[in-house]
Amino acid sequence: MNKIFLIIQREYLIRVKKKSFIIMTILGPVLMASLMILPAFLADWSEATHKNVAVLDETGWYYEKFKDQDNISFYHVHNDLETDKEKALYEKGHLLLYIPKTELSIPVYAELFSNGQSGLNLTTYIKSVMKREAENKKLLASGINPDVIKSSKVSIKLSNIRVEEGGIEKKSNTEVEVGLGIFGGIMIYFFIFMFGVQVLKGVMEEKQNRIVEIILASVKPFQLMMGKIIGIAMVGLTQFLLWIILTAVFLIAFQSGIFGGSSDTLDIISSQSQISDLAVGTTTGVNDPFTMATEIISGINFKIMIFSFLFYFLGGYLLYSSFFAAIGGAVDQDADTQQFMLPVSIPLIFSVAMSGVIVNQPDSAMSFWLSMIPLTSPITMMIRIPFGVPIWEIAVSMSLLVVGFLISTWMAGKIYRTGILMYGQKVNYAIMWKWLRH
Amino acid sequence: MFSLEAINVSKTYINHKALDNVSIQVEEQSIFGLLGPNGAGKTTLIRIINQISVMDEGKILLNGEPIKPSDTAMIGYLPEERGLYKKMKVGEQAVYLAQLKGISKNEAIRELKKWFEKFEIGSWWNKKVEELSKGMQQKLQFIATVMHKPRLLIFDEPFSGFDPINVNILKQEILKLRDEGATVIFSTHNMASVEELCDNIALINNSKVILSGGVNEIIDRYKPNIFKVSYTPHKSIDLKPNAFELVSEEKLGDLHSSRIRLLNGTKPNDLLTALTSQVEVHSFNEILPSINDIFIQEVNQSPNSGNE
Repeated sequence: MNKIFLIIQREYLIRVKKKSFIIMTILGPVLMASLMILPAFLADWSEATHKNVAVLDETGWYYEKFKDQDNISFYHVHNDLETDKEKALYEKGHLLLYIPKTELSIPVYAELFSNGQSGLNLTTYIKSVMKREAENKKLLASGINPDVIKSSKVSIKLSNIRVEEGGIEKKSNTEVEVGLGIFGGIMIYFFIFMFGVQVLKGVMEEKQNRIVEIILASVKPFQLMMGKIIGIAMVGLTQFLLWIILTAVFLIAFQSGIFGGSSDTLDIISSQSQISDLAVGTTTGVNDPFTMATEIISGINFKIMIFSFLFYFLGGYLLYSSFFAAIGGAVDQDADTQQFMLPVSIPLIFSVAMSGVIVNQPDSAMSFWLSMIPLTSPITMMIRIPFGVPIWEIAVSMSLLVVGFLISTWMAGKIYRTGILMYGQKVNYAIMWKWLRH
Repeated sequence: MFSLEAINVSKTYINHKALDNVSIQVEEQSIFGLLGPNGAGKTTLIRIINQISVMDEGKILLNGEPIKPSDTAMIGYLPEERGLYKKMKVGEQAVYLAQLKGISKNEAIRELKKWFEKFEIGSWWNKKVEELSKGMQQKLQFIATVMHKPRLLIFDEPFSGFDPINVNILKQEILKLRDEGATVIFSTHNMASVEELCDNIALINNSKVILSGGVNEIIDRYKPNIFKVSYTPHKSIDLKPNAFELVSEEKLGDLHSSRIRLLNGTKPNDLLTALTSQVEVHSFNEILPSINDIFIQEVNQSPNSGNE
């Protein structure tokens, strides 16, 4: 037992001390944090430039409809296009909107002149104003009062309320659940591959540089294999933990640092979405979307999410890394790994590919069985859990996963034991099967 | 006190028999040579003694007791195809390997420093293994094999890849370890080193032991009883037909050289007596086979040779 601890220690330290580990550990949270911060930051940044738009409306239909926005102001011009263009575009941030007279009953064509980027917010706003106005005119022409249409517009808010055992009701929102589920599933997929391949590489390194025979004179093959697998699992957990901590640290540092603590990131994100709401011209919903989101997020059981993430990561990793260890032990050359890697990866890739179907029907028979079979359950169950899965299903799935990796490590141990000392033999499935039964 | 005995060990791989009823006896504090062509089964036997492979039948006894997993701490093994972790530092790696053999970290560091001093390689401690030359790596491997003070040392082709100076250093170290009480098993093709170092040998061919015993005893067993004499003047000697047989004769300058086989238990002195009465004897030597000759002769004679 002491020896397996030595192996775990070596496998762990050698990887944690690597430059690539340190870089990944720092880069991961930076990327993650910037994914959250960057949109808000960019929005804030781009809005710093104020836009003045001169409107030359030859039709006379639209110019009164453009109202000044946060960073956009409109003014009317009445000369001809060439003169106004010259006048209007004297510096950056000044634009000319030209709506020419047409023979059509309703003019739907306009030109926007600028000496820089016009920006998505502005173009969206102009289009939406013109669209609404043109539609109103058309409705009036057919004898319908646009106000009737406006007042008949409703916005449906559907709250999913799941009634759990004991009558506890929980508000749920499918979008948030889909996001969380797929994120968890993809993370598990990514982690299993990333660290599974490290097991494969580590085993192959030992076999190729022939140190394995020296080590095996001191420890049992199974000890060496499990020591490596567990050591790398701990590297994975360390990295995961550091990512969470560092991401949180970066986010907090960013919020209090850059924005001086006065305005926080969420405000910016929300104001950004409000602008686009306004621009499209829809009436804002009754509920503030952010109170809704927090309500839903608090409805999801994060304890179960995090526990099952760790469990399925570890279980799935143990299952697959034992396959990877067996492959690494069996083959001599890197090139030979490909033919064995593919069939092993198929269940993983399949579960990710099916994630779209699973989020649509998290309770279907297929979703159920995929989340029971150990080969696919780590990813599929992770996708299903945010939608609420009965505890017994999770328990059965987890037990099956444990049984699955016990069988897989036992099988892998047999292939590994024989393969690791076998050189110069072209390995195929028939030979592996013989080793397994030997 | 340390002796090793393999009794009727057999091992079958999926499609061939690697060892067939192999028995060897290694006396304590002796150097034992395990000889045989490639593929004969030497490495399989060594792996079984190291408990890397499991035998199908038979027994391995250490000091008369069946071998058990904890015995690996008493064994030092240098495999033929050997390697090290390339990215690991020299000192760390040697300490790790010693710890796997069951000695504490502090003891490993102490012992290692001693060996590094002896081989004058103290400056290597913090180098990565990939920065070392092949010969340097082999020195490190040798140290890793012996640093936990094993009672039984097993070397598989220890001298391959070493330059003659280092081979000499190694030989001296191995003899010293033996004198300090270690028992040594050698597997090698290098017959000269066998005659120089080994007390006993076993020759394995096609999974079977075809010859074993003390080196001198085996040479004695295989000697053709031929003596080479040189004498003056040039003439053929008159020999008793039932006692001697003239194998060949030639003129070497002033000397006349003959090879004479002793028959039917005739003693060398009888030949000398016969010679001195007829000619002036200048030299008188027994022709002894080398282990190399015996090896080739035995391997070629055994059935199915050359199939492997």
